Amino acid sequence: MSSSIETLVNKEYQYGFVTDVDSDTLPPGLNEDVVRLISSKKNEPEWLLEWRLKAYKRWLTMTEPHWPNVKYAPINYQGARYYSAPKSVKPLQSLDEVDPELLSTYKKLGISLTEQKMLSGVAVDAIFDSVSVGTTMKEELSKHGVVFCSFSEAVHNHPELIQQYLGSVVPYSDNFFAALNSAVFSDGSFCYIPKGVRCPLELSTYFRINAAETGQFERTLIVADEGAHVSYLEGCTAPKRSTNQLHAAVVELVALDRSTIKYSTVQNWYAGDKEGVGGIYNFVTKRGKAHADAKISWTQVETGSAITWKYPSVILLGDNSVGEFYSVAVVNNKQQADTGTKMIHIGKNTKSTIISKGISAGEGQNSYRGRVQILPKAEGARNYTQCDSMLIGNTCGAHTFPYIEVANNSSTTEHEASTSKIGEDQIFYCKARGLSAEHAISLIVSGFCREVFKELPMEFALEAQQLLGITLEGSVG
Amino acid sequence: MNAPAATRYAEAFGQLDTAAAPPWLAALRTAALAEFNALGFPTTRNEDWHFTSVTPIADRTFRNATSTGAPTAAEILALTVGDASWPRAVFVNGQCDPTLSTLGALTTAGVRVSTLTAAIKDTPEFVADHLGKLATFSAQAFTAFNTAFAQDGLVVHVPRSLVVDLPLHIIHVADAQAAGCMLHPRLLVVAEPLSQFNIVESFVSLNGTEYFTNAVAEISVGDGARLHHHKVQRESTEAFHVGTVQVSQGRNSLFHSFSYASGAALSRTNIYTRLLGEAAETRLNGLYLVDGTQHADHQTWVEHIAPSCASRELYKGILDGHAHGVFNGKVFVDPEAQKTDGKQSNHVLLLSPTARVDAKPQLEIFADDVKCTHGSTVGRLDELALFYMKSRGIGDENSRALLTYAFAADVLETVELDALRNGLERIAFERFTHSTQL
Repeated sequence: MSSSIETLVNKEYQYGFVTDVDSDTLPPGLNEDVVRLISSKKNEPEWLLEWRLKAYKRWLTMTEPHWPNVKYAPINYQGARYYSAPKSVKPLQSLDEVDPELLSTYKKLGISLTEQKMLSGVAVDAIFDSVSVGTTMKEELSKHGVVFCSFSEAVHNHPELIQQYLGSVVPYSDNFFAALNSAVFSDGSFCYIPKGVRCPLELSTYFRINAAETGQFERTLIVADEGAHVSYLEGCTAPKRSTNQLHAAVVELVALDRSTIKYSTVQNWYAGDKEGVGGIYNFVTKRGKAHADAKISWTQVETGSAITWKYPSVILLGDNSVGEFYSVAVVNNKQQADTGTKMIHIGKNTKSTIISKGISAGEGQNSYRGRVQILPKAEGARNYTQCDSMLIGNTCGAHTFPYIEVANNSSTTEHEASTSKIGEDQIFYCKARGLSAEHAISLIVSGFCREVFKELPMEFALEAQQLLGITLEGSVG
Repeated sequence: MNAPAATRYAEAFGQLDTAAAPPWLAALRTAALAEFNALGFPTTRNEDWHFTSVTPIADRTFRNATSTGAPTAAEILALTVGDASWPRAVFVNGQCDPTLSTLGALTTAGVRVSTLTAAIKDTPEFVADHLGKLATFSAQAFTAFNTAFAQDGLVVHVPRSLVVDLPLHIIHVADAQAAGCMLHPRLLVVAEPLSQFNIVESFVSLNGTEYFTNAVAEISVGDGARLHHHKVQRESTEAFHVGTVQVSQGRNSLFHSFSYASGAALSRTNIYTRLLGEAAETRLNGLYLVDGTQHADHQTWVEHIAPSCASRELYKGILDGHAHGVFNGKVFVDPEAQKTDGKQSNHVLLLSPTARVDAKPQLEIFADDVKCTHGSTVGRLDELALFYMKSRGIGDENSRALLTYAFAADVLETVELDALRNGLERIAFERFTHSTQL
């Protein structure tokens, strides 16, 4: 059965192309001057430079963590470039001013800004490498008082909000990669939803890494004020590269009393070729702080990257706050993923739900690593965790490392994990009903991941299912 | 800051009576000591000891146990559960007391049981072939510590196809003389193919003294053999207990481990099994009841190396007072171990608001055609169940006692030796109801 599938397995990365844009790029290396230069290139105020320098100094004292269940060659931090901006960097008023080559890149990715603007009503803040180049639907958002802009813009226009919340969830000293990001972050998105406002649009940002050898250090900060509601979408594709690229992003979510933040990610960065050459190192720190009666929900579909190392977490600080984590992580060929979540229950009657689906194929290694912590004051806290793994072939691996720490007896925690496989017999059955092998796999996998996909906004759910199909096609045979 | 373990225990090592040891044993001990010195006591930075700090053990310097007291058989039997008529090997403060031991019936049945010291003299090849072969001490500080310092222990050899119903009861007693001492009992069990045998190991204390038991058991279960190992740990609540049971299983064999732990200020029980032959089965069950400021840690590893093996695991914990429970269960499935069927459950009942538990059920799977699941829950008594019982006229205290006992009962039911099961059920019942009957 595998001859037709083989062609699919050997399928090259569909989005592997490079757009030839002149980049304003720093020479490789990292030192205090580079940090100062990044800051000055972005005309940042003194307090932000101070913060970056503090982070840089802290980073120098830290060592790279090696506890994740992933293996990779040592990273040469002095060999990477820490800043790269498309040349056409002047204030843009409309899409017409955007470099046509950039626009055609988005077209190739199937995310034409204008089309999206008209058809889906999604405001897109597209990030090309590190500088935000186009923003849409701003008027609609500003009518409701929603601030949605690039991080650099926010530093100039809303310094008080940035100063108040930057590093409040992920301090610069949090971990090695967060410290590195805090020192050299290039740009990112900032979003503020005022009190009681329900954001009228799904906010979305497309990240792309373009210039070769450029580490991408995005920083996202979302603040939902009391009673606000926002749904944020993040999707990624990156062109094919032969050397590994480091991506160390930081995402901070602040959900004030009674607010809701829903953060969805589809990650399809270049995973390296069949031999495991190239591909993105995706070492990301994502964390949210939920105040009283607030809710933070993470949904992620991870299909790309050579190595994924991320644990979107929720600090359930306020009473009755809710944290959710829905994840599908797929590894094929030589991909490695160590992903999961941390739910820290501090407030009373806090609730968390974790649904994690891992799929391993080829020689991929997939680990779920999660921590559920019920602190002594968290009266009546509740956690439900389910992590299921699916293995395709006997050269891959699926691992589960849950940590459950309970220090309050009025709480209830439940943890379940299972491992199963896609069998020849299941595929045979589908084929007997007239489905092709790839449809059969797609069907079985969609069923396996259904609980997570139903949490995704609709357009993302479709994209995610397709992505999964493409990633896994040909892995059975 | 204390001096490193290496310098603190060098003197104690020098005091050991090693004159009679054959060269291979002396070499094994020296190598183990070197490994222990190099490793030192594990810290919480070591992932396998993340939730258990052995600082209280590391901070003290224990002496070699030298003097044995003279407890009577009646005193000892009063402390243990099981049938008093079972053949027994009694170790007082780490040394075998032949006057208290009754092994005649087993010898008659054909089981070769001897103390480690005697076995080294009488069957040196057998001991050399097996001792330290399963319980390797590389990167295992406590196993290295035991291997270097183990003076006495028991060697059990069950010949091929021998089926013995009569269990062997190994009783480790610490009395007042054990205060400040370390005890390193060693058990070596070789169950030849198609044999069947039951072993009960009890750890008890006559006085509430502070001492350190560091036990290591190596159990080889041959093809088609069935072996049941029961460990009843009821050490003094001042004592420290680290126990490692390392098992290897042949084709179609069955190994059943039951671990009961209610003693020691700080205890750690390691049960490691390797399924080396096809279609072997492992059952690991355990119950721990701790109170006060006790700390009880259980770590189990099941390594599925051969295909078509099954593992079943059920651990339950009941924590009261400020007790701290830890459970770490790992299931590994090698790429060759297709058709593995693994199930693991861990349930913890927190009776007091100040008790805490850390659980880490872990799966590491490298084969695709497998069924592996684990489940873990932590909670308190179900309010609805309590309400139901009250509505039937059962008082609050009795309802709680009954429900707590019921929580523990299903894991106790896995004990196949009637006398042991009844004995443990009785202790559990008395503990929760504070009476022998409702």
